[in-house]
Amino acid sequence: MSKELIRLTDLRMVFDDEVVLNSINLYINDQEFLTLLGPSGCGKTTTLRIIGGFQRPTSGDVFFDGVRINDVPPHKRKVNTVFQKYALFPHMNIFENVAFGLRIRKVPPAELKRRVEEALELVNLPGYGKRSVDSLSGGQQQRIAIARAIVNRPQVLLLDEPLGALDLKLRKDMQIELKKIQQQVGITFIYVTHDQEEALTMSDTIVVMDKGSIQQIGTPEDIYNEPKNAFVADFIGESNIIDGVMYADGVVGLYGKLFPCLDKGFDKDEPVDVVIRPEDIDIVPEDQGQLTGTVTEVTFKGVHYDTIVDFRGFKWLIQTTDYSPVGSRIGVKIDPDGFHIMKKSAYSGTFGDYSSYSDAYDELNEGPEGEDGHEA
Amino acid sequence: MKKNGPISRIYIFLIFLFLYAPIFVLIAFSFNDSRSNAVWGGFTLDWYLELFQNRSVLEALQTTLLVSVLATAIATVAGTASAIGFYNLRGRARTVCLSVNNIPLTNADIITGVSMMLLFVFTGQVLAQWGIDFSLGFPTLLIAHITFDIPYVILSVMPKLRQLDPHLAEAAQDLGATGLYAFFKVVLPELMPGIVSGMLIAFTMSIDDFLISYFTAGGQTSTLSMVVYSMVRRRVSPEINALSTLMFLAVLLLLILINLRQSGGLRRSRRAGRGPAAEGILSLANEDLDVPAQDR
Repeated sequence: MSKELIRLTDLRMVFDDEVVLNSINLYINDQEFLTLLGPSGCGKTTTLRIIGGFQRPTSGDVFFDGVRINDVPPHKRKVNTVFQKYALFPHMNIFENVAFGLRIRKVPPAELKRRVEEALELVNLPGYGKRSVDSLSGGQQQRIAIARAIVNRPQVLLLDEPLGALDLKLRKDMQIELKKIQQQVGITFIYVTHDQEEALTMSDTIVVMDKGSIQQIGTPEDIYNEPKNAFVADFIGESNIIDGVMYADGVVGLYGKLFPCLDKGFDKDEPVDVVIRPEDIDIVPEDQGQLTGTVTEVTFKGVHYDTIVDFRGFKWLIQTTDYSPVGSRIGVKIDPDGFHIMKKSAYSGTFGDYSSYSDAYDELNEGPEGEDGHEA
Repeated sequence: MKKNGPISRIYIFLIFLFLYAPIFVLIAFSFNDSRSNAVWGGFTLDWYLELFQNRSVLEALQTTLLVSVLATAIATVAGTASAIGFYNLRGRARTVCLSVNNIPLTNADIITGVSMMLLFVFTGQVLAQWGIDFSLGFPTLLIAHITFDIPYVILSVMPKLRQLDPHLAEAAQDLGATGLYAFFKVVLPELMPGIVSGMLIAFTMSIDDFLISYFTAGGQTSTLSMVVYSMVRRRVSPEINALSTLMFLAVLLLLILINLRQSGGLRRSRRAGRGPAAEGILSLANEDLDVPAQDR
């Protein structure tokens, strides 16, 4: 990987006795696409605003290219921001919006015109310069906001839930486009979102945050396949999280039965959280199953069925293309690589049971559009 | 419900009749070729001619325009600055400040006028001990006008501030602008419609104020409305009709201007899919009511 560009050391942020950030340590490499992922109020936006210079940390340092920049005001930082609600200047046309930063830097007119047009081309809106901000759709305004930021050739682009206000289809298109733009211009993107799918699609590195602390840092694959605790497992995708015991390396006990798994390095008989992803579970006839349970709910999701199965009072979510009617007894089979073993944490027991599962669950998971007061 | 039934038409006609009949009578008699206010003696422009040869009227016109323009200019700057200050206060302090701002608006003019006069006289006496001459006159008149103009400016800038995207200034700074540059280049243009409305309202208020001016102008200075008042006290001259007609038309013109601006702004913002943006002079009274609602 390339060299380190930004380092946050021991960042703390306290608003009115409320700890918003608690000892954030993080480094960000040059040309990396890094995502700060977490539910609203987790401190991700605050972290971004500290990097942008809009907020000062209560304690801790921000380094940019090895230089401490805590006291550098936003207009002197080599970062640009794309705001959640775009924050385009309504009284200027598109050209002037994009040219704003260049005019301040007194870029000669010919070069300014060329660079603005290049930026508009990059975001697929060539020739839109004369239009007014109001005449553009949300998605187009979003692209202009990106053009306005990258036309200044910053070393880092900060993006604060930039796709939050767009509809699903547009969001998917923009995800791909953003990633393309990032690779084209070759600058560091620091992206804030509460949408795990967005994070998995675009990022080189994901930083999962909750309650002002970093829960896990890793590649999308790492975060998904090897979640560090129950919070991460639950926040990234769907997870069944079951209490288990590590009897030996590669042997985990669930419901008093032994299962082969791939994880090693735990103490003998150590209580652990076991994550089983819904798509890693195969439904088999009752007599062939490692475990048997009763189907309590089936929801058709298009590609697969969400099947809720009751195993001795603990409800699992299974995602499979096989239909099992409600009330039927089924067996399940899980391959050794389907088990992900986590050490017990403060989050143990709070996630991963689908007893209260309903269609509303999906909406709850989405999180609110706006952030709370401290993050706004 | 049936629209425009005959009864409702007559009702509306009567309302407008009562509202505007006095003004139409006044305008008609300003062209009357007779000293009487009851008998029509033919059409004439003599009263207007006479009016423009009347030194005291012309002087008063000059005073009125000067004090209104100066007071409006100063109040617009001060009011905009205060509005921004109020807006950046936190929760309770902001509500308190806005309420305090609204009290002078609802206060009776005569109380404002008398209390200001007392304050000026008192200050004059205190300053006299240091040998400084401060008596009622143009400066006190100007101070009084600035004082009662400021709340109107604040009230009309405030809604624009609430609509303002708080990230606009940050976005400008992010792109390399200093705080001051961001304010003038990005924030101020967004507030401009509110500032202009406030300015026009303040100017209208200044131009037709009588009571407060009467108490604070002193013996040497008089505004147009004070001249009218003193002319009426001697005898009702048709000159007054002419003067009143002109003042009415001037204020009417201003009001039309304000309303045109606002409906234009409203149309623009509707087209942009935003909420109603314009705050009309008629909605002024409701402005303080929507403070808590908007604060949520």
